[in-house]
Order: sequence, then C-alpha cells, then structure tokens
Amino acid sequence: MKKIGVFVCWCGLNISRTVDIERVIKEVSRHPQVVVSTDYKYLCSEPGQNLIQKYVEENELGGLVVAACSPNMHELTFRSVAQRCGINPYLCEMTNIREQCSWVHDDREEATHKAIDLIIMTVEKVLRSDPLYSSTVPLTKKALVIGAGISGMESALDIANAGYEVSLVDKRPYIGGHMTQLSETFPTLDCAQCILTPKTAEVARHPNIKILPYSEVVEIKGYVGNFEAKIKRKATYVDWDKCTGCGICVEKCPQKTYSEFERGLKERKSIDIPFPQAVPFKVTIDKESCIYLKKNKCGVCAKICPAEAVDFQQQDTIIEEKFGAIVVATGFELLEGDDLAEYGYGKYKDILDGMQFERLNSSSGPTSGKILRPSDGKEPKELVFIQCAGSRDREKGVPYCSRICCMYTAKHARLYKQKVPDGQAYIFYMDIRAGGKGYEEFIYRSVDEGNILYLRGQVSKVFEEDGKLMVWGMDTLSSKKIEIAADMVVLANAMIPSQGSKLLASILKVGTDEHGFFQEAHPKLRPIESLTRGVFLAGCSQSPKDITDTVAQGSAAASKVMAMFSNDTIKVEPVVSLVKKEDCSGCFACEIACPYGAIEHEEYKGRQVAFVNAALCQGCGSCTVACRAGVVDLMGFSNKQILAEVEALLWK
Amino acid sequence: MEIKATLIRDELYKEIEERSDQKILNCYQCGKCSAGCPAVAFMSLPPHQVLRLLQIGSNEEVLRANSFWFCSSCFTCASRCPRSIDISKVMEALRFLLYRKGITPLSQDMLDEELEKDTPQQALVSLWKKST
Amino acid sequence: MKYSYFPGCTLHEQSKSFNQSTLASSSALGIELEELKDWYCCGAVFPLRADDIMSLLSPVRTLIGAKKEGKDLVTLCAACYQVLKRTNYLILEDREKREKINNYLEEDYKGDVKVLHLLEVLRDNLGWLGLREKVSHPLSGLKVAPYYGCLLLRPAKEMTFDHPENPTIFEDFLKSLGCDVPDFPYKTECCGAYLGATAKDVVSQTVYNILHGAQKRKIGALIVSCPLCHYNLDFYQGELMKEKSELTPIPIFYFTQLLALALGLSTEVCHFEEHRIDPLPFLGVIK
Repeated sequence: MKKIGVFVCWCGLNISRTVDIERVIKEVSRHPQVVVSTDYKYLCSEPGQNLIQKYVEENELGGLVVAACSPNMHELTFRSVAQRCGINPYLCEMTNIREQCSWVHDDREEATHKAIDLIIMTVEKVLRSDPLYSSTVPLTKKALVIGAGISGMESALDIANAGYEVSLVDKRPYIGGHMTQLSETFPTLDCAQCILTPKTAEVARHPNIKILPYSEVVEIKGYVGNFEAKIKRKATYVDWDKCTGCGICVEKCPQKTYSEFERGLKERKSIDIPFPQAVPFKVTIDKESCIYLKKNKCGVCAKICPAEAVDFQQQDTIIEEKFGAIVVATGFELLEGDDLAEYGYGKYKDILDGMQFERLNSSSGPTSGKILRPSDGKEPKELVFIQCAGSRDREKGVPYCSRICCMYTAKHARLYKQKVPDGQAYIFYMDIRAGGKGYEEFIYRSVDEGNILYLRGQVSKVFEEDGKLMVWGMDTLSSKKIEIAADMVVLANAMIPSQGSKLLASILKVGTDEHGFFQEAHPKLRPIESLTRGVFLAGCSQSPKDITDTVAQGSAAASKVMAMFSNDTIKVEPVVSLVKKEDCSGCFACEIACPYGAIEHEEYKGRQVAFVNAALCQGCGSCTVACRAGVVDLMGFSNKQILAEVEALLWK
Repeated sequence: MEIKATLIRDELYKEIEERSDQKILNCYQCGKCSAGCPAVAFMSLPPHQVLRLLQIGSNEEVLRANSFWFCSSCFTCASRCPRSIDISKVMEALRFLLYRKGITPLSQDMLDEELEKDTPQQALVSLWKKST
Repeated sequence: MKYSYFPGCTLHEQSKSFNQSTLASSSALGIELEELKDWYCCGAVFPLRADDIMSLLSPVRTLIGAKKEGKDLVTLCAACYQVLKRTNYLILEDREKREKINNYLEEDYKGDVKVLHLLEVLRDNLGWLGLREKVSHPLSGLKVAPYYGCLLLRPAKEMTFDHPENPTIFEDFLKSLGCDVPDFPYKTECCGAYLGATAKDVVSQTVYNILHGAQKRKIGALIVSCPLCHYNLDFYQGELMKEKSELTPIPIFYFTQLLALALGLSTEVCHFEEHRIDPLPFLGVIK
C-alpha cells in the first residue's frame, strides 16, 4: 500500500473560519496509511508548495491528498508539485473543503466532521489510484468562426494574420452583422459603416479567410484539434460567381416583402441586396416570398439578368470540412413580443426599438437619415426614450442589464437633437451605467449639447391618444407622475441571444446559461473558453457587450486558437474510459449512453466488443454507468475507486 | 434623519414583510407602480415612496399616509413590477396594521339608505373587508 | 354542454340584467347552467394578507360544493371569478396553506374543480365561428369597446384568462356579434372599484378618464363583466354628466345583454330599466 500525505489548506480564513483544521489533521492522521497529515495557511503559495515537496522527500510518499479549494482552481498546481517530486500527477487528488464545505456551512462542528469524511474518502481513492499518462494526437490547424459580426470578423482576421486558415460562416447573406445596421457609434460618434467597411473589405480579400455567407453549421463531430463540421450553404437561387451586383433584377422584381435589415421600416424586394456596402455584393432570392419559387410564375429576374446568374434550380449544399478549433460569435437580437406590451411595442407604428431608430438615423436607411414618424412621415418634436425595456425585469423580460442601452440611448437623443434642433428628447432611465472609457463624459456632453431631460423612473404605459403617444411615467426624484404626449417613443429593448443559439449549442455540445447565452468555462478567469475544449466564445454570444468589448473578446478568442495552433499536436487527457474486452458481452448499452460517439466496435475472439476511441472520449463516465457487467472503467475514476470512497463514508 | 440598524429593521417592518409575504428591499425604486397607479394623484405618498420610506425605516411616516386607503387592489402595480413585488399586498398589510388599531376610513353615516340600495353587494362587501 | 353555475351575491340579488341575460342566452346557445345547490358568498375580494386563512374558507366551501356536482364551474362576475380562481390556484400551488385550510374543513379539497368564465366557455366550447353562426340579429354598425377592468386579468399568472396588457377575448366576442370594435387603451384601467363610498373623488376621476377616453374614440357603448364596474361606469356617469358638459352618454352593457340581443331574445331579459344611462337611444341604431 502507498504511503499517503494529507495536506490541509486554511485558505486564509476561507476554510479555517468554519472548519477546525487542527482537529481535521489529528483525525485524519489516525488512518493507517496516512503517514503525513499537516496544514498550511496557503498551500498554493510557493512556501506551501515547497512544504509539500519537503514532506514527500522526507517520507517517501506514494500519494498526495490536498484538502483545499475546488480542483477547478488548483488541481493543476498540485499535480505539478507531485510531478516535480517524481510522483505521477494522477496520484495527487484534491478534496474540496472550501466550495463544498466551509463556504456552504455555518455549523463549525458539522463542517469539521464533513471535512474529515471527505478527506478520508479521497485517501481511500488515492490508495487505489494508478499512474496515468497523457497522450497526444495530431491537430488540424484550421479554424471555424461561426458568426461574421464584428466579433467573428476580428477573430477571423487575427487568426488569418497569424498564418492559419479560417472559415467564416454567417446565416445572413452578408458579413458584418448588426454593426452594418448602425448609424453612428458611441462615444465618438464615428460613422459605423465608415469604421466597419475597411474590416469587411479586409476579411473578404484575405487569402486565409474563406467566407461562407448564407450558411449554417448543421453538424459537428470529432474533438478538440480534429472537429468534423458539416456546413449547409443555403440556396440563394443566384449563381454568385456570375452575379455582378448590377441590381437590375432588384429594380424589376414585382414582389415586396418584409425587410429584416430595415427592421420592417421599409419593404424590400424578394430578390435583393440588403444595403449598398454589403459584402459580398450579390443578390439573394427570398424563397418564402418569391412568386416564381412559390407559384412557378413571374421569373422576371431570370429573364432580364444580363449575366444569366439566376438559377431557380439551385439547392442547398453541404460542405464537409475539418477544423482544429471553433470560435462562436453568434451575437444577439432584441427582445420582442408580449413582454413589452405595456409600452405598446408592436401595436403602434411610432413606437420603435433601438435598432429601428438606428435605421432612421442611417443615411442609407428608409428615410435617408431623417427622423420621421413611420405613421405619417412627420418630424417628431417630442421624443421619449425608454431605457430598460425588458431588461432588469425579473417578472417578464430578462433579469440582467443589457449593458449598452444607457450609452446608445444618450447617443440617439443627441443625434435626434442634431437633426431636429427644435425638438425635445426625454429619457426615462433607472440608473445611468456608463462604465467605459469616455462613456461618462459622453453622457454629460449629450445632456449639455442635446438639452436632454433625463427622468429618473420607469414608464408604466404608452398608448395612442389624439394622434400622439401618451406616455405615463414616473420621475422618482421629484415623486411626480409624468405624462408626456409624445410624437415618437424609442425603446431600449433588452438584448437576448440570437435565434438558433440553443440549437447551435447542442450541435457543438457546449452549455448555455439560464438566458441562452453561451456558457463560459469560468466567469472570471476563463471567459473566452467554453466548457468543451477547442470551442471558444466571442462577443454577444456570451453576454451583452458593446463593440469595444466585443472586438476585444474576438481577438482574445483568436489568441486562444493561435496558442493551440502553435503546437503540432494536442495533449489528450488520460481520463478516458477503458473496456475490459474479455468480459464485454457486446450489448453496446455504452454506445447509446455515450454523448460523444466515442464507442466503437472491435472484434475480439470472434465476437463484437466495445472499444473506446480515446481521442473522442471526454471522460464523462456515462458508459461506466450504462455497462451492466461493470466492465467499463473511467481511468482516474474507476469503479473500485468510487466504491472505496462510498465505503469510507459508510463504514467510518 | 438618523439611520441605524435597529431602526430600519424593527418589528413593524418585519411584520409588514411577513403579513404581505413581500420583500421590501427588493424594490429598486423605478416608480413603475406609481406611474400606472389609477389613484396616485390622490395619495399622500405614491406607492414607490411608501416602499422607499419602509426601506429607510420611516415606518411611522408611512402609517400616517393615506395611500393605502386609496388603493383599490387593481393589481396594475403588481402586474408590471420588474422586481416581482406585489405592492397591493404591502398596501393590504398596511391597512391591516391600521384597522387593527381601530383606524378606518369608514364611518357610520357614510352610506345613506338610498345609496345602499343601489350599490352592488359586491362593493359593500369589498369595502367592508378592505376597511375593517 | 352542462356546467355548474355560481351567480354570486350581486347577480343573485341586484343585477338581474346580468343574471337573466346570461341564463337566457346560454340556454339559447345550448349551454346548460345549473345553479350550485349550495353556494356561499365568495368574499368579494381575494385575501391579500399571507396570514388570512379564514377568508379563504368560504370560496373553498363553494368549490367543494362544485366538486360534488362533478361539472366545471362557470361564473360571470369578475370578482367571483377572481376569488374562486385565485383560491383554486393557491390550493394547488401552496401545500402549506392547503393543509391549513383543509384543517378547518369537514372534507379535503385539492384544487381540482375547473373554474371558468362564460367567455372562456364561448371561446373554447362553442368557438367564435360557432357563435357567429348562432347570431340572428347581428349588431352591425354598433361601435362597442370592451372594458375588462382589473379582476379578470390580473394577476395574470393566477388568472390565466388573457394577456394582462393586450387581452383580446372580449374583442373576439364583440366581433362575433357583428360589432365594430375600436382600440381602447383604457380597457384595462381600474374604474375605482369599491372606493366610491370612502373616496368618491377617485371613482369620479377614474370613471371620467375611461369615459372621456371612449368618447374621444367615438365609442358608442362599453361592455363589462363586473357589476361593480357597471355600477361605477353607469351610476357615476350619471353624476358626472351633471357637472361635465363635455361628456356625452355612453351606455354600459353587460356583455351578455348584447349577446341576448344578437341572439334575438326578448329585451325583457336585459332589464334595461336597471340602467341609469338609457341604452335605448344607442340601440336604436340597429333597428
């Protein structure tokens, strides 16, 4: 039997406040196999690590138990210590007596008992641990970026500039994402298109970037370093190699339909290029509204196209490709629907959302940049902005802060005042959150230049009366109920994850949070990584953020990919399942249980038995539970180890 | 005014929270309740201020107000509160504290016979239950 | 289609117009409403205090009575509907309170009676198209708006009657009768409820706002499902007319009165004599 050393960490007061450490080391030392049982204030510190090393050398320890924080935090630290002492790292285990003990209990007596039990369990486990060795697999140095908004483009450019190939996929027929719809950006009032188009142009002509617009990822197999993707290129019904973007077809198309790009403020043609700076500058036919595709009539576009590019027979195609890493940059959309019913959203034409107001402000928008009411084309003289429309609302809407609304609302009010000098802007707000560089200054410059009246409170109801929009709000600073007969109302709708995020998450086998945003591996220390190795997160796919932060996270995701690609192989954890083939009956219940498709069939003594593809196995252990004969074992969490832990608890 | 831990979480405050089953500190003072309240113009304190004064321990000032006698339990505030506070329940708890002390807006001569004849039973029962 | 029927105090005593128009119309539509043998006053208001268990006993007794008869329970008065439905919800959702309440009762109640508003029966069992087919005297040309008030809709999670901000069930009903139904944002504003006796000013103000809002939209009449809404909008309208010369009379109907008319039933069941604002000039339009 191995000689075990137990090291108990105080974590300052974090553990020692609730757990009686002196008693813990005394009790644990009574275990016959424990030859060292000691404590230290901060074991993760350099003196703490040296202390462990000293005890290992003096006592010839064969296994280590470090009772401290979560292994998520420091397993790597202490396993490195073990390795430095010549002990296989997998013979070092952590007992979590902080998150799972001291932090969640108040009773010192009970917490101390629990800590002792947990440590003894780990001791019993380590006694049955075998040395494990990680292996390496080759790596495909090509990245898949999903979402070609500003975040995905930034990621793609950085990776491509480092010399690696990138495929950049977007469900829309153009790249650039939501930023293409914006007019000006805070806090500098830079024209969004002016700062965006150099990026879209660079992406489009970059030799290492392949853009796949109007495409969706439909399947991902494989594992970090070697993902196998299936990407669906949706039929545009136009041969883009031939299309010159001349636009004659758009002009002649008789069918109008809803314009997503203009958020319904203007109709578009069934065959269309969404905006003048679109990249690629090619037309796409909307199959839902096209007369020819629905009724086999019309076909005007095909008849007049000088390049003969229209192809009604075009089908969706599937591209299959291998990638080493994936960046998810799927962005956001705005909350719509019944949750905003008290504001009359969706019911009255002159109640707009923030994105619609961007389009009104845009010089290429439906009003060529003039602020006019959609209902009657008149210039609004009294304009009410409502912040937190659906945000910070745990009853309906979303409980979180959407982070960008305070800033863009101030920007909207200021742009409005520039365009309608005799108009008055009112902003209902609850708090002004302007925590970015130059943001606070921007708010007050806007108040000053735009003569904005900020009203501190929420709006309860908006409805139409006498041709105006009656706004019932509150100014809680004066405790006055405010009634404004407004000409237009603009809502700062909550930001929500873009449609299809949930589906994509299941395709990628990564988690989402309670609101549907992609879940980061650690909220503080690993905000770029997902919990699946090789899948990284950028931009609003992870949480609401402004352009600055989105670009930064896009670059950060790229640097993670580049770090991975700087090696020729990728290390694979040895914590994988192993089938004892002589005892396997070949029922393949494990195959059904495995979420990663890692169970393969193998011929053994004339029969089919299960075999685990170590490269695909993620070490979840589902197969070990499914196996009725108990012949599948997860290395590092073998059945005998787990049972020893349970027995230690039962027979203490 | 002076604020002290013992003043802001006194027995009265706890009783209001218990009887209403609402957490007063959850209110972040957006004022949406007051903005939509049909009777706010008649109240000496708008609903959001009732909650604010309770938060800072000014309970007596709240009990001197008339707001809860003007609350008709229409639940407009509750249905729009972004913090899921049912303010109508807080108002009910406040009414209870007062009529327990014998304070009520009702008086004997309030309903003349003719009015009593026309007023629906529903109104009389409601009024009785909400005021005594 | 057989249902148990809970009229409640006001319909039983005072609002014959509501009760009789309901019974006559239902029967014409093949909806049998059988009055509960044993019912108690619902208490008019749902108790909002967490510790007020006593006020729940009476509605629970009524629900137990309904359970014995084994049919879904239909009610009309918005207050009764609110109290019975919320009581049911509480019994279902709050185990602790359910046990407390059952301790006071001779028999246990588990919340298994379905409480319905007549409008829900019309929508779900007859269907709006079905109703339209039964209409023999369409009310075309009548510009009528619904006035939902508070108790049918809020709190939405417990009432699950319709969307609390954008309800449409009354609109669908009115359209089935052939009415012209304009947008009426005041339809969910409170009428002042029971405050008439203690705070008359509040009711005068809320009623004025609602009527003035209706007048601006050239609405000829409002329909309600609550005797108290009816009383406030009808009676106080009469009072307001004395001082506010800008107001024109807007008759207030129970929705079942218009239903009876559209089904071609005798106007006697409508008891128009109960109205303070005479509805006959308005109804003259259809003749």
